[in-house]
Amino acid sequence: MVIEQKEEGLSVLLEGELGHHEALSALRSLEETISQQSPSRLELDFSGVSFMDSSGIALVVQSARQMGAIGGSLTVRGVSRQAMRVFDAAGIPRIVRFVGKEEKR
Amino acid sequence: MKKPLNSMTVTFDSRSVNEGFARVCAASFVAQLDPTMDELNDLKTAVSEAVTNAIVHGYPDCVGKITLSVKIFENSLVEILVRDKGRGISDIEKARQPLYTTGGKERSGMGFTIMESFMDQVTVRSQPGKGTAVRMKKRLSVRLGAGGQV
Repeated sequence: MVIEQKEEGLSVLLEGELGHHEALSALRSLEETISQQSPSRLELDFSGVSFMDSSGIALVVQSARQMGAIGGSLTVRGVSRQAMRVFDAAGIPRIVRFVGKEEKR
Repeated sequence: MKKPLNSMTVTFDSRSVNEGFARVCAASFVAQLDPTMDELNDLKTAVSEAVTNAIVHGYPDCVGKITLSVKIFENSLVEILVRDKGRGISDIEKARQPLYTTGGKERSGMGFTIMESFMDQVTVRSQPGKGTAVRMKKRLSVRLGAGGQV
């Protein structure tokens, strides 16, 4: 997980596979980052994620909830075609903003 | 049901590090049908959900055995079976509901929803104290060259 402070807000780059095995530690560090930095804008960059299951949904929903509680906004970008099918199946694009063209992987 | 044209079974410990192994294992076996990238990813995702459920809910306090079987039938029909001998599910209907989870906050409660939307058919059989079996079927597109022949 690479955390970068950009002009437009905080950006978190997620890398590798995102399944249940990886989810808990990713969730904890993300949670900690948000509570420590209280960003007004957070961007989750999925362009480094090679595979994702419903664990990715939990991560995005949890971040959206936490950002909502501090009055900030959340954007998800760089989602692969595989991961987008998972988000779509759960209706997540209805509650979180997705940007950037999906990359075919 | 007719006899499968080809089949494989693998048994592994219910350790979360094996989720990746199970996904790749199922995908490698199905590769002989020359699936599309979407089909292969759908199967991997469904396997990931079923195996995660077995690890998290089948064996919440111990490490047990999980069996993954993949069968290939005529016309590129794939059947995936994920079994555990763990705790079992007392109310399957409830467990299958979207957003329902007894797991931690790292679980979304969308596992069965994902399996159902990525596979043509999902059947769950479970007996409290004895274990759970999730059977999933998907017919792949028959492409030139592969033709569902094994």
